[in-house]
Amino acid sequence: MNEFCNKVFSGDVRASARLMRLVDDRAEGYEEYMKEVWKHTGRAHIIGITGAPGAGKSTMTDKLIAKYRSMGKTVGVVAIDPTSPFSGGAILGDRIRMANHATDEGVFIRSVGTRGHLGGLSVSTMDIVAVMDAMGKDVVIIETVGVGQDEVEIAMVADTCIVVTVPGLGDDIQAIKAGIFEIADIFIVNKADREGVERTVKDLEMMLEMVHQRTGWDVQVLKTVASRDEGIDKVVEAIASHAEFFDKNIKAGRMEDRLLHVSYGVVREKIVKEIFKEEEIRALLKSGLDPYTAVEKLWEKRK
Amino acid sequence: MSKIRVLIAKPGLDGHDRGAKVVARSLRDAGYEVIYTGLRQTPEAIVATAVQEDVDAIGLSILSGAHNTVFPRIIELLKEKGASDIVVFGGGVIPETDIPGLIDAGVAHIFTPGTPTEEVVKFLAEKVTPKNRA
Repeated sequence: MNEFCNKVFSGDVRASARLMRLVDDRAEGYEEYMKEVWKHTGRAHIIGITGAPGAGKSTMTDKLIAKYRSMGKTVGVVAIDPTSPFSGGAILGDRIRMANHATDEGVFIRSVGTRGHLGGLSVSTMDIVAVMDAMGKDVVIIETVGVGQDEVEIAMVADTCIVVTVPGLGDDIQAIKAGIFEIADIFIVNKADREGVERTVKDLEMMLEMVHQRTGWDVQVLKTVASRDEGIDKVVEAIASHAEFFDKNIKAGRMEDRLLHVSYGVVREKIVKEIFKEEEIRALLKSGLDPYTAVEKLWEKRK
Repeated sequence: MSKIRVLIAKPGLDGHDRGAKVVARSLRDAGYEVIYTGLRQTPEAIVATAVQEDVDAIGLSILSGAHNTVFPRIIELLKEKGASDIVVFGGGVIPETDIPGLIDAGVAHIFTPGTPTEEVVKFLAEKVTPKNRA
């Protein structure tokens, strides 16, 4: 086991890719590897990119990869796409917009399906990010599925959280003000060559004035045209200054919360696995029991 | 909860990706995770992606006539990376007479135009077991 983990820590692509597979599949014994991996984390800066479908998250990720590579930094990317709730299958297509980096050995991109997890991420996302961190990537970018209002788990997982929106969606801004509005460290109005960009920026800035900032960080609103590589330098600068702020003021507490969040996930998975025996519950329900009594029976049986 | 992961790639210079998309969709509907990388991929990019994504199989769609160079090159690169366990299959406009040579080179199967997508699904189900072991 140590040999395998050491390969991961030395950045071996094949071993790391396989470990991500074990983690994503929740394959037997993956926990033993993760015990080692989590000891080797906390070095990478983790950037979360979220926003509505079509806002330009993948293109933004592609341009950020290029900038960080030109600065000599290694980059890991976790790109999440939705899993079909009916077939359990998925088409993971975020790499299409990152094709320029396919053969760059300083870039490791992993496509992940949500596999039924809500919140814009997969159950495995934090573990996969941890593997990239342990591999020695300087920067890890998480691109969430296209999200609406409530998918805020990314705020727990990422150090710097970027919300990407586009001009002209007045109602869209109304919609995001409650949920993902509050998690942004940096707002990006992408496709800023479109009409209505100034209005959108103003709306965002006005709303930001009304939101209580939990951390004391001054949220920035930036304009980009990611497809033409415009405004990306400013984004990288903003990320750098947030990273500095994060390390000084937030990191210690956030790391603890993050590990707690992972622990909670592990507990939930363990309990569901132990108690939720689908066949048994179906049989109990068929015998006429209500769900509460059925679960109670299984719970007692466990003792 | 292991899932079969398949890379569907489009090497070469032609811009016709309808076939690749149809196959990708039918594999998704069969419960597979399909990594789709889009048009004009080099063999090097395809193999690097396959290794990073730890896929069980690579499906290549070629309509440009480059199959006799692209397939063997990909199989050679997989060998170099120690990833020969990845099953390679293909489809597109490939003359019957070229198929035996490709099979000899290590391609698991070539699907000719008009193949029902269920056959691709069936082929993978028989050929591939997900690799969830260190």
